[in-house]
Amino acid sequence: MDTLTILLLAFISIVIINNLVFTKFLGICPYLGVSGRIDMAFGMGLAVTFVVTLSGAMTWMIDHWVLMKAGLEVTRYVCFILVIAGAVQLVEMYLRKFFPSLYESFGIFLPLITTNCAILGLCLFINLWEIDNLLEAAVLSFGAGIGFTMAICIMAGIRENLNLADVPRCLRGAPITLITAGLLALAFMGFAGMIR
Amino acid sequence: MASEALDKPALGQTFIAGLWNENPVLRLVLGMCPTLAVTAAVRPALTMGCSVIFVLVCSNLVVSLMRNLLKPHLRILMFTLTIAAFVTIADLFLKAFLPEMSERLGPYVPLIIVNCIIICRAEACASKNGLAVSLVDAIGMGLGFTMTLCVLASVRELLATGKIFEQQVMPAVFVPWAAMSMPVGAFITLGLMLGLVNTITKKKA
Repeated sequence: MDTLTILLLAFISIVIINNLVFTKFLGICPYLGVSGRIDMAFGMGLAVTFVVTLSGAMTWMIDHWVLMKAGLEVTRYVCFILVIAGAVQLVEMYLRKFFPSLYESFGIFLPLITTNCAILGLCLFINLWEIDNLLEAAVLSFGAGIGFTMAICIMAGIRENLNLADVPRCLRGAPITLITAGLLALAFMGFAGMIR
Repeated sequence: MASEALDKPALGQTFIAGLWNENPVLRLVLGMCPTLAVTAAVRPALTMGCSVIFVLVCSNLVVSLMRNLLKPHLRILMFTLTIAAFVTIADLFLKAFLPEMSERLGPYVPLIIVNCIIICRAEACASKNGLAVSLVDAIGMGLGFTMTLCVLASVRELLATGKIFEQQVMPAVFVPWAAMSMPVGAFITLGLMLGLVNTITKKKA
């Protein structure tokens, strides 16, 4: 297979088949927290996509070019989390300067991207799957971000309609969101086995 | 811990709060990622719970010790680095002594670093309180988390395979629900569990 095919397959598989939210349970906290309105969900998705692409590529570089050469794999987690925190800081400064209204509406959720499991999780999965070229790592990270955006937007769309539905009182809020997520995960299971 | 908790009612309350009133998973809805990911069976859930207790106790103690030195804007970063250091220790320990379990849990052990529960406790409790309160809080929260994980895992393992701790419990006629060990089962069981807890607390109030 040529490189382009491999990259395309990797992208599709991480967006749909191995979607981080539905199959790996990563990024559930912002998924439950910010998915109330579709515009905020979309903004959050884009911010996460940016951070995850940046940190996925950077952690790959640090891991392969510095840590593995120097035999410092033990410090991997500490380095990864530092890179992610730095990337989030960058996004925060950028948004505050150019999109102050979006920055206001994110509030506490923006710094919390640092502790979004989807991002650290993806960096660790790239390491676990032994991806050995930078381009593929970058494509996977970008795809993971797109997959997260898709999942959170679908959820926000459903929840906007759920507001009008008559949900039993004890299930309002988080429980019904989790059950909905379960049904969505069931739907996404249909894609399993599509590639290899 | 028991005698200390008896002497000081405030400490006892902190302990109970972690177990039920402020149970991290059921009431605060934090730390969803490991809750959903490792609860396909009881054994990994228990291992995960113990690792979280270890990391939570250590990081709460360290954060409590350095709470007067922290600058507000560097706070979260310092918390994360402290936690990352202890998670590395836990991960290496699991790799050395429980290699099979470490393989099975995979990246979810390092993902304890970004478990919201630990950062939440560092921020809400350890950075404001002394050693004793932080320690009790960490143990209470950790036990609350482990307990929830185990309950969820036993329901899922029982329905998915008819076994608990790999011991057959259900009669042979029971047809296992394969879906319970998949993501669907995780989401829906937890959703129903939260609903149940909501109902119970509503009645009390």
